[in-house]
Amino acid sequence: MAKHINVALIGNPNTGKTSVFNRLTGLNQKVGNYPGITVEKKQGTCKFGRACKVHILDLPGTYSLNASSLDENVVIELLLNKNDKDFPDVAVVVADVENLKRNLLLFTQIKDLGIPAILAINMSDRMKRKAISLDIPLLEEKLQTKIALISSRKNLGFDNLKELIENYNQLSTKPCMNASSISPEYFDRLRKAFPNQDLYKLWLVITQDVNFGKLDRNELKGVASFKTESVSNLKRLQQKETITRYQFINETLKQTLHIDTENAKDLRSRLDRVLTHKVWGYVIFFGILLLIFQAIFDWSAYPMDFIDSTFASLSEWTKNTMPVGDFTNLIAEGIIPGLGGIVIFIPQIAFLFLFISILEETGYMSRVVFLMDRVMRRFGLSGKSVVPLVAGTACAIPAIMATRNIENWKERLITILVTPFTTCSARLPVYLIIIALVIPDTRVLGIFSLQGLTLMFMYVLGFGAAIISAYLLDKVLKIRSKSFFVVEMPNYKLPLPKNVIITVIEKTKAFVFGAGKIILAISIILWVLASYGPGNFNNAEEIIQAQYASQNLSEEEIEMHIDSYKLEHSYIGHIGHAIEPAVRPLGYDWKIGIALVSSFAAREVFVGTLATIYSVGSDDEQTIKNRMAAEVNPVLGGPLFNFASGVSLLLFYAFAMQCMSTLAIVKRETNSWKWPMWQLFVMTAIAYVVALAAYQFLK
Amino acid sequence: MAITIASLKKGQRGIIKEFSVDVVPLKLLEMGCLPGNEVALVQLAPFNDPLYLNINGSHLAIRRETACMIEIELI
Repeated sequence: MAKHINVALIGNPNTGKTSVFNRLTGLNQKVGNYPGITVEKKQGTCKFGRACKVHILDLPGTYSLNASSLDENVVIELLLNKNDKDFPDVAVVVADVENLKRNLLLFTQIKDLGIPAILAINMSDRMKRKAISLDIPLLEEKLQTKIALISSRKNLGFDNLKELIENYNQLSTKPCMNASSISPEYFDRLRKAFPNQDLYKLWLVITQDVNFGKLDRNELKGVASFKTESVSNLKRLQQKETITRYQFINETLKQTLHIDTENAKDLRSRLDRVLTHKVWGYVIFFGILLLIFQAIFDWSAYPMDFIDSTFASLSEWTKNTMPVGDFTNLIAEGIIPGLGGIVIFIPQIAFLFLFISILEETGYMSRVVFLMDRVMRRFGLSGKSVVPLVAGTACAIPAIMATRNIENWKERLITILVTPFTTCSARLPVYLIIIALVIPDTRVLGIFSLQGLTLMFMYVLGFGAAIISAYLLDKVLKIRSKSFFVVEMPNYKLPLPKNVIITVIEKTKAFVFGAGKIILAISIILWVLASYGPGNFNNAEEIIQAQYASQNLSEEEIEMHIDSYKLEHSYIGHIGHAIEPAVRPLGYDWKIGIALVSSFAAREVFVGTLATIYSVGSDDEQTIKNRMAAEVNPVLGGPLFNFASGVSLLLFYAFAMQCMSTLAIVKRETNSWKWPMWQLFVMTAIAYVVALAAYQFLK
Repeated sequence: MAITIASLKKGQRGIIKEFSVDVVPLKLLEMGCLPGNEVALVQLAPFNDPLYLNINGSHLAIRRETACMIEIELI
């Protein structure tokens, strides 16, 4: 019979836990969410021989079992709940050989829970260079465990690790130290109150309530209310526990770990001297930012053009080969352009995550946090806000999720609230088409294209809006939260290509299937609304034929009149006319009004919507552009898209909160509708006022 | 005035003294910032904040306001 083993990978951040996971599972992995929360759940399977199937869960990185964030809480919830289907048969605790002391803290806690635990000491290939030697047998005895010396970089020691996992039932489940010594009297009382329970489990449930909040899923009901001690006393005990653990670890390592500091070569301090330098540090950081933007906007243009033309011809081909009818139209004009609108973003998103994951893998990101913290704090943000603000140029959704490691709630909330101002990739197609229409294609000083400069200005505007509103929010929000900031400065490492590639694939997939679903749905709905209508819509042909009967028009001209009559009397036409009074002062007509409204689902549908509305069969920008350029302002005459209305549209898109998915994420991350609603109304109001002012001033 | 981590100069070292448990967050202890440990200032960020420390082999950065709460003895 096949043996089935549940393994949980646990470890501090920066120990290479995910590379170990990638090594063990290969591409046999699945990323989802834990039910009800937006914490990533990574799991995978691998086979040991024929008879043994292993399910591996990669738990979020944590420094201890005392959780202070949603991600860390997941680890404790799982380890305390024997009934969970993922409850591990064996825990593999991943440690970095250079940070063994700190990494062992978590290990001793897991041992205390009575879960069989293997210690996987990673990065063992660096031992020689760092002149580190370990007495493995003695360390195994002291920690009551089995140790696998591994290197995920060099692929060493994994056979040993797999063997240990397979024979997990030979592992000791005894704790390696006695945690209850921190207060024998208190633990005695606990034992008497709950005679059948594991003491350390009880202690975790109680302290977790103090640290983070009630645990949802655990079988120890009523324990959290067992607080015979005050909160500050419990905190004191937790500190005492940490100190006691470190004493044990220090004792143990003194006998087993030897570092010959004389022979240790130190790359870190030499690199740090440059990368965190007061001047060079910034120069290098901005250089890297420039490179990222160059990649996103220049290099990705080639694959994007290719995708664009491919989908346009695919749509054309469908129309020509499939039988004429509603179904063909739905596919050719609704679904294919809709899919194209999703796929076109893949190059940019992939490039962005390629860079972000390389920066994180190398350990450089922590240096950026260190460099930027003081500057960002002036605006009520944290050094850790840099990552979300940069990631926001791809998409606000992963950016907002990246705010989780900001400890201070006020700084985190402000970061969440202002991140949607940064120019996400969904705004890009809107900017591109409007800029192409209203900004003259000339060069400034002979080299810089005016259109390019305008695009850059839109990005600066987005960052500026984010920073200024952060500053205002910092002054306005009355949230008192204890300021506290700590960031680990990991060793520099060469990024592992496998890790980088897996991250890029995962994030791109998340975008395509997450945001993509909405974009596709909206495209189809729009197509339906524009293709059907009440009353006169269905008699369009007769009405137009009758109206122009005397004018002797060509068939083509008649056809055009019928199309525009149909659109005006379709469902979407009726909606557009209803909202026209609201958008008229901004310089828009009812068609742009519809594009604006549909953009509230997701901005990237703007171009697609105009394409559908202007009854252009393909999503090809040139044709849409020509149609847009030909549109006439119904009141003032002259082109509808002139400099004034174009600028007004650009500004509206720069400031307005038009993304349902972002609102949903903000609701989840702040656990209230208050903040997403605040974003929706305040940002959109700013957008309306600024666009109104710009149009009225420029027209 | 008491000597704290915040008064360290670049390259200087000290030993962390006992601290008042109510002011120092648990996370800092977990990351190795414990009484009795040796602390060295590796690098200061621009505007002298945050501080990049090496505490007994653990490298971490904390803000000046936190550093002010941790008393040390210079060595």
